[in-house]
Amino acid sequence: MTSPLEQKKIKIAGPSIVTANRTWDGIVVYRTAAKSWSADLSEAAIVRNSDEAKALLAESVADDVGAIGPYIAPVQVGADGKIEPGNLREQIRRTGVTIGQPAQV
Amino acid sequence: MYAYDEIDRTLVNERVSEFRDQVKRRLSGELTEDEFKILRLQNGVYLQLHAYMFRVAIPYGTLATNQLRALAHVARKYDRGYGHFTTRQNIQFNWIKLAELPDALEDLAKVGIHAMQTSGNNMRNVTSDQWAGVAPGEIEDPRIWSELIRQHTTLHPEFSFLPRKFKIAITASDHDRAAIKIHDIGLRLIKNEKGETGFEVLVGGGLGRTPFIAKTIKHFVHGRDILSYIEAILRVYNQYGRRDNIYKARIKILVHELGIEKFSREVEEEWQHIRNSSLQIDDEVIEDIRSRFTYPAYEKLPHMPDELRQAAADPDFEAWRKNSVAPHKVQGYSIVTISLKPIGAPPGDATAEQMDALADLADKYSFGEIRVGHEQNLALPHVAKRDLPALWKALDKLGLATPNVNLITDIIACPGLDYCSLANARSIPIAQELTRRFANHELANLIGRLHINISGCINACGHHHVGHIGILGVEKNGEEVYQITIGGRADENAALGTLIGPGVKFDEVADVIEDVVEAYLALRERPEELFMDTVKRLGVEPFKERVYATR
Ligand code: HEM
Ligand code: SF4
Repeated sequence: MTSPLEQKKIKIAGPSIVTANRTWDGIVVYRTAAKSWSADLSEAAIVRNSDEAKALLAESVADDVGAIGPYIAPVQVGADGKIEPGNLREQIRRTGVTIGQPAQV
Repeated sequence: MYAYDEIDRTLVNERVSEFRDQVKRRLSGELTEDEFKILRLQNGVYLQLHAYMFRVAIPYGTLATNQLRALAHVARKYDRGYGHFTTRQNIQFNWIKLAELPDALEDLAKVGIHAMQTSGNNMRNVTSDQWAGVAPGEIEDPRIWSELIRQHTTLHPEFSFLPRKFKIAITASDHDRAAIKIHDIGLRLIKNEKGETGFEVLVGGGLGRTPFIAKTIKHFVHGRDILSYIEAILRVYNQYGRRDNIYKARIKILVHELGIEKFSREVEEEWQHIRNSSLQIDDEVIEDIRSRFTYPAYEKLPHMPDELRQAAADPDFEAWRKNSVAPHKVQGYSIVTISLKPIGAPPGDATAEQMDALADLADKYSFGEIRVGHEQNLALPHVAKRDLPALWKALDKLGLATPNVNLITDIIACPGLDYCSLANARSIPIAQELTRRFANHELANLIGRLHINISGCINACGHHHVGHIGILGVEKNGEEVYQITIGGRADENAALGTLIGPGVKFDEVADVIEDVVEAYLALRERPEELFMDTVKRLGVEPFKERVYATR
């Protein structure tokens, strides 16, 4: 997964969301349509073209106290409206490490 | 052990209260992330995929038991009950909350631990041989000199705003356990014909996107001149180093572009100006530092105590002893390496319970001292041989006696895509699968010394270039793909590995490594011929053929 931290040109290929880490504790959060952050992907605002993506990102960046490092990430939206992460990186951010926890097996 | 002086303690405490204030201002919105980022990085705080990550320095890899207990406490109270030992004598906590970080820092400061020099474009934690001060045949304890350099460079203005981060490693033994040839400056402590102590100085090593093995810039620099010589190197670097391009900013690129001859001429010229300045080290200064390193009151003990003789009948004990126990400079004592590489587990992780229990064992059996090595293992540096059987039993109960030190399952791996925001691919699950494939001790033993190093991106935190087998995770069309190199090494004969062919998929990596190992077992001329020797003798072709013939 190419690190999305250096997103310069905003061009999206499909449904996308904005994600970041919550400032005070660092957990993964998603930008909601209500202009706040949620730890639940199902509450994320979905954008479908670059203008929407740009706007959502700009609004997220402006909320600098709430969360840090916002960026646009791809998702898949099922027929039932269920949102799933669009790549392995986001899958891991959502469900956690793939290595078993606690650290020792 | 090393006794910090008052200045250090005051500095560390001041840093904690400063940071507490900065965090408060960040959480209230008074500081933006842009303003705060550099401040958190100065205190070892990164952002990873799931959370903040907190990196703590373990200068020259030496820990007292109260310090290890403090790390256990941080893991338990502020994190998820474990920590991750890295290849740079650091420990990382993966799940720290920013709001609680000042408390964690304060708890660590009480035992003299801090996170300075763990990030940023400055002089990083000076690393050394984890067997420093106890290895037989070493010139002298290299930590004395590490400490001298640490004192000189911590927060020194000239070293705080370098073109890029800067790493120094020191060894004092013929066998290099500190990987000095992959550091910006590598120092090898030696004696000249007159019996004076000094350094062979190497420069320009490093991994990452453009890997280089360090070159010798000067064969002998007298100990008293080492600070001025390092300063001369840094001045030349500061003057020419490319600040415009992050990928070209490391000293290795400068040395490569100028050539070692021109670079060394420039350094020599600079050095002549400052050599006889206040940078010349007085004997008293070194003596003072030397006197702060204390060594245990060793007993006079037999070379072969009865306890050891009896335990030798137990094949499990012998298997562990053969690869975990090394000779000590004092008769009757040993250095014990503690594998943090249990089969199926992430390399380098230790739970809070293990850290606490290990601290107890170090108090009981190792004069209260623990060491951290770059291979992501720990060591007890002063264990009486008569205590080895009891120690082994206790370690085994803790899951810390896997007899695989230096074997194929003693893998170095970076956090990769499970944690790291820069990653292209996962590293840890690859390591876990490989340890399962080679879990059989007889098989691992038959294969012999073989280091596998894994990185999840080109930054090379897992040292893949210098693994006997190196595995680099990249991304291709949204999928994890792994490039395999062979023939690298990180010791005194450091070399970069050679790519054997096109990358392979996540699920195929372990099969490919098995093929490489089978090829080696078939090709070696005798059991003593190590993997590295076979690769040297035959090159990569036969391995390539074996791996790609059927793929
Ligand atoms: C997850 C957080 C981490 C981040 C964001 C990170 C980032 C980086 C980056 C960007 C570099 C390349 C710098 C350059 O070439 O100028 C680097 C190098 C390095 N990292 Fe990490 N790293 C992380 C974790 C680790 C861990 C866990 C280890 C040890 C297991 C480690 C050990 C190293 C080493 C030894 C190098 C030097 C390679 C060289 O010689 O260039 N890092 N790291
Ligand atoms: S090598 Fe890459 S993936 Fe691994 S820890 Fe370093 S930056 Fe992260």
